[in-house]
Amino acid sequence: MSDLNAGLSPESLAQIDREVAKYPADQKRSAVMSALRIAQVEKRWLSSDTIKFVADYLGIAPMAAHEVATFYNMYDRSPVGKYKLTVCTNLPCALSGGADAGEYLQKKLGIGYNETTADGKFTLKEGECMGACGYAPVMLVNNHTMCNHMTPDAIDRKLAELN
Amino acid sequence: MTVYVKGVVFDGVDFDDPNSWNIDAYIQRGGYAALKKIIAEGISQDAIIAELKTSSLRGRGGAGFPTGLKWSFMPRSFPGQKYLVCNTDEGEPGTFKDLDIIVNNPHALIEGMIIGGYAMGISVGYNYIHGEVFAAYERFEAALEEARRAGFLGDKILGSDFSFQLHAHHGYGAYICGEETALLESLEGKKGQPRFKPPFPASFGLYGKPTTINNTETFASVPYIIREGGQKFLELGKPNNGGTKLFSVSGHVNRPGNFEIPLGTPFSELLEMAGGMRGGKKLKAVIPGGSSAPVLPGHIMMETTMDYDAIAKAGSMLGSGAVIVMDETVCMVKALRRLSYFYYEESCGQCTPCREGTGWLYRVVDRIERGLGRPEDLELLESVGKNIAGRTICALGDAAVMPVQGMLKHFRDEFLHHIEHKKCIVPGY
Repeated sequence: MSDLNAGLSPESLAQIDREVAKYPADQKRSAVMSALRIAQVEKRWLSSDTIKFVADYLGIAPMAAHEVATFYNMYDRSPVGKYKLTVCTNLPCALSGGADAGEYLQKKLGIGYNETTADGKFTLKEGECMGACGYAPVMLVNNHTMCNHMTPDAIDRKLAELN
Repeated sequence: MTVYVKGVVFDGVDFDDPNSWNIDAYIQRGGYAALKKIIAEGISQDAIIAELKTSSLRGRGGAGFPTGLKWSFMPRSFPGQKYLVCNTDEGEPGTFKDLDIIVNNPHALIEGMIIGGYAMGISVGYNYIHGEVFAAYERFEAALEEARRAGFLGDKILGSDFSFQLHAHHGYGAYICGEETALLESLEGKKGQPRFKPPFPASFGLYGKPTTINNTETFASVPYIIREGGQKFLELGKPNNGGTKLFSVSGHVNRPGNFEIPLGTPFSELLEMAGGMRGGKKLKAVIPGGSSAPVLPGHIMMETTMDYDAIAKAGSMLGSGAVIVMDETVCMVKALRRLSYFYYEESCGQCTPCREGTGWLYRVVDRIERGLGRPEDLELLESVGKNIAGRTICALGDAAVMPVQGMLKHFRDEFLHHIEHKKCIVPGY
């Protein structure tokens, strides 16, 4: 069944147009990563219909956009909570409490990785290197907001703020 | 935390001033003087490349390739469009220097890219920025806008015949895109799967056109070299290891952060700058150049200087300058398990030896860690490694094997203990 709300708002389309303008006129495909990012910000996740809408908008094959949406790990191909929290647990972060931060969040939210709280508010993900190891533990909120030095206290404060 | 000790990338940056990144502050500390000098004096492309060769600047992304030489490969007389690309897709575990550059001194990178465009006759550039640092991407976009308004970017720069357009491209979570040809594929709007080389990007790059790709820190070093001269830059470091370098220090130290120091500085001094070992614990091991670099025991590191040649002689590589410090509580099996998982997760799946082999490496290290290791497992790891290394299109396969080889070389006893006693020698991570 097709998603009747697959289309994007004029604001999102204007943002996509700005991205398209960065590339040669015959290379609109280069804007697909940004276009999918912008679509995901509006829709919170990427349904097949949203991906197809983006592909049509850029004039590329739906499969070309689908390949990108499935290759890069910050795109969500299934619904996520209002706040997606991604914790880096890679070695440099783990040495400074990254893995502990992930465990603390699991306990506090009562969910495991790749799960969403019953109220639909939080989804927890385990992430790979975010390029911010000196600020460990690091946590991303909805892909775009990085929070540094996430000790248990800092996590408590952040969750209270989001709630 | 970023600490500027001596160097070029953060020369004059005031980390306590929230406006130190902007164009006015950059110009005040000598920024865009190199570009103005080039335009005003009509300095030739050859002279700029010669200056870079004198400086002995080497690629700061990990490979350490001489920048002047790379720039000289670009076919300057090629009649069609050419491209200049900056690799800010910083995802090598332990590395966080380029993030601090685009946040704290984006105009040094912009000026370096404009000079690169001038020297190689290129009119369009892209900076590919790591997905997880969106705020830094927005900062870089703001800096680009400042540079356009000031006439440093765009058509007929500073009244000359030279035009250069520069744009930011935002990644969305794929370590492999730090590999230069995967990055080009990604810029073209495709999956980031590396290309077979040759042809090299200098002849077949972005959209099939000649392309030069450098790391963020490399470009950001260029304005200083042109302003102050290649010789002065060279003398900041040591022969064949010119200049200063940013080292990202993470792990068990009191003050993790970026430190810009001369190449050739003893590791012991760097460790001291980072506040020494956390909790006064004993240094066990260091991964000196990002997660792909073989680990070295602490006592070897304490006798090593931080430069390309010395680290190579010690049996590892300087790589991106990411220094991961581990104290005596670290279980090397557990540490390796996490790194092996990373490469398994990030393999793009294109080459069978890497796609399948990284899974084998992870699963075998994982079972050793869980007390299910078998006596033949260490030989198995070595054999899987041999079947990956050198048998793939890009270096990710090698990068997955090197940490395994380094661990087995220096900490074999710990792995054997794990297999025999089904538990760690030490309690920590």
